[in-house]
Amino acid sequence: MVINTDYLERSLELWPFTNTKPSSWLNQLRANAIDQASMLRLPTKRDEEWRFTDISALTHLPFRPSQPENIIHIGDVEHLFLKEAKIRLVFIDGYFSSSLSIFDPTSLTVGNLPMFLSSNSAYLESHLGRLAKYEDNVFTALNTAFLSDAAVVSIPKNAAVRDPIHLLFIATQNEVTSYPRCLLVCEEGSNITLVEEYIAHNNAKYITNSVSEFFLAPHANVKHIRIQRENLEAFHLANCAVSLDRASQYQSISISTGARISRYNQNVFLNDEAAECTIDGLTMISNQQLADTHSCIDHIKPHGTSYQQHKCIVNEKAHAVFNGRIVVRPHAQQTNSSQSSRNLLLSKTAQVNTKPQLEIFADDVKCAHGATVGQLDEEELFYLGSRGLSPATARSLLTYAFAAEVINRIPVTSLRQRLEQAILYQKSE
Amino acid sequence: MIVSNSKTILAVQGLHASINGKEILKGIDLTVKRGEIHAIMGLNGSGKSTFAKVLAGHSAYEITAGSIQFENKNLLDLPPEERAHAGLFLAFQYPVEIPGVANIQFLRLAYNTIQSQRGKEELDPLEFDDFVREKMKLLNMKPDFLDRSVNEGFSGGEKKRNEILQMALLEPRLSILDEMDSGLDIDALKTVANGVNQIMNKDNATILVTHYQRLLDYIVPDFVHVMHAGRIVLTGGKELALELETRGYDWVINHSESTNKVTA
Repeated sequence: MVINTDYLERSLELWPFTNTKPSSWLNQLRANAIDQASMLRLPTKRDEEWRFTDISALTHLPFRPSQPENIIHIGDVEHLFLKEAKIRLVFIDGYFSSSLSIFDPTSLTVGNLPMFLSSNSAYLESHLGRLAKYEDNVFTALNTAFLSDAAVVSIPKNAAVRDPIHLLFIATQNEVTSYPRCLLVCEEGSNITLVEEYIAHNNAKYITNSVSEFFLAPHANVKHIRIQRENLEAFHLANCAVSLDRASQYQSISISTGARISRYNQNVFLNDEAAECTIDGLTMISNQQLADTHSCIDHIKPHGTSYQQHKCIVNEKAHAVFNGRIVVRPHAQQTNSSQSSRNLLLSKTAQVNTKPQLEIFADDVKCAHGATVGQLDEEELFYLGSRGLSPATARSLLTYAFAAEVINRIPVTSLRQRLEQAILYQKSE
Repeated sequence: MIVSNSKTILAVQGLHASINGKEILKGIDLTVKRGEIHAIMGLNGSGKSTFAKVLAGHSAYEITAGSIQFENKNLLDLPPEERAHAGLFLAFQYPVEIPGVANIQFLRLAYNTIQSQRGKEELDPLEFDDFVREKMKLLNMKPDFLDRSVNEGFSGGEKKRNEILQMALLEPRLSILDEMDSGLDIDALKTVANGVNQIMNKDNATILVTHYQRLLDYIVPDFVHVMHAGRIVLTGGKELALELETRGYDWVINHSESTNKVTA
């Protein structure tokens, strides 16, 4: 038998739900998604949205979907846990591991997909797949088609969860695709901090295709910290869709340091008045890594505020891409939006493509944007050298300083310190 | 203070330096001994700040002739960090801002780097905290100064104090203070000068690079050198600064140019 080496075609062949009748809404959702996937194709550099990001390497990977094999012992991964997190959901290759997780099964506000399906299927049905559209996104379509597990976090009205919730996705299997999925529903006036983290347990070669959907009801307040530090063999393709209702606040801090090729699409919809979002991103890559961040902040109703800052630190032969789209619809008057893209190239062979994309259809708005690309400053290096610091230490310190503006915003102390150490002790050319 | 039989710290001979092919320093000779304070005065563009940067090892300048002996080392062989380890310190006219790095983190890193290079004990964060707060009293600095980013949003006076604080921490053999008085009001100037005077002793030395005589009322030099067109054209005692103040730089420049003609 000839194995089909095209990622998409092989995924279609290996879809496990072929014999399931679409009796339930979930089967129907999966069936619709696989139908849709079969009508789409993998993007190439000829597609405007992918013009800097070549994923042709992906089309030759005969990877099968990951299987639930729980071979990880707590001792192997506990260094990844956050001491502040009193609730932690751990997924191994996309499948929930109850032994590695901490949660209260009786509260039924935090759990995985099967738990919620048995207890509150209608609630899931009204949210899952409603925000992350798969009609024109082949990766979201495949994730939805293969949906069998997910992290589900539902925060009741006016609940304030003081400690961060940690969603930890660990990759272990070689030559597989895993389909992590997150669903966060914050009811009116609720308040949480969520850490969504992707990491590899070993040097396996794999694809992570993840989808996250966040619903913020009026006056909800969410701090979302996303850490992508997959191994350097990995492909990471991720879509995150966020819906903001009236006067809700969404603060997002995304750090990408891993993966051979990564693509993160973050779409934030300010669906009602006076919604606010703050989107900070940091990409820090070296070797031959490629990291692409595409964001879209969609101001749909008046009096919205968005603040975005994206920073890239690119070393060796790595290549970073940032495309920041901001849409202000005709009715979204009194929108206040700012975007800044700042990029630091640490070597002559490093590359960055940055593109602000403002689409403004309202006339009474304030929108600012700016982009810079630079190197470490010679005068700053001289200053630190004159204080006795070696060139390598001076470079690390200035690189850290560039990253610190984003990292210092992380409200989880142990996570912030972990990242600070990782950057300070990273070698620069 | 001039101390008899004092050892030489710095010996500069026939120093020529260029930037982008343009010669800025055209033959500087200067000897500094332990315990001494030297003032180098001159108009903007005379080369005095370039001389300070060349001593600290700025890579933009090319040394085309001459030598610099620092204690028993050939300074020109050393990169900037090794000059600092050897005991040379430059207080910058325009200290750089490093947003994102807390001042105390930077100060401790610099201090411990220098300490370990000199074979001395490093301090952990708590020990360093006590140590630096003691030094800050010299300069009337507020404690919140330590938690702010390095020089970010500092006033001119705060930046200069931060430079002198580093001088106090790193205990250099030779300090070069580049335009220490620029941007300082009279109270800040007194505080900074008082700090420098307390750091001075019979074993170290200071070079003050300055445009104005004002600073020299508070840090009294043993020698005053006047620079013009990349050379030291006149050397005298502290009274030379006062004479410059009354007669102006034109007097020295005309004097030096007429001398040059005679020698030529």
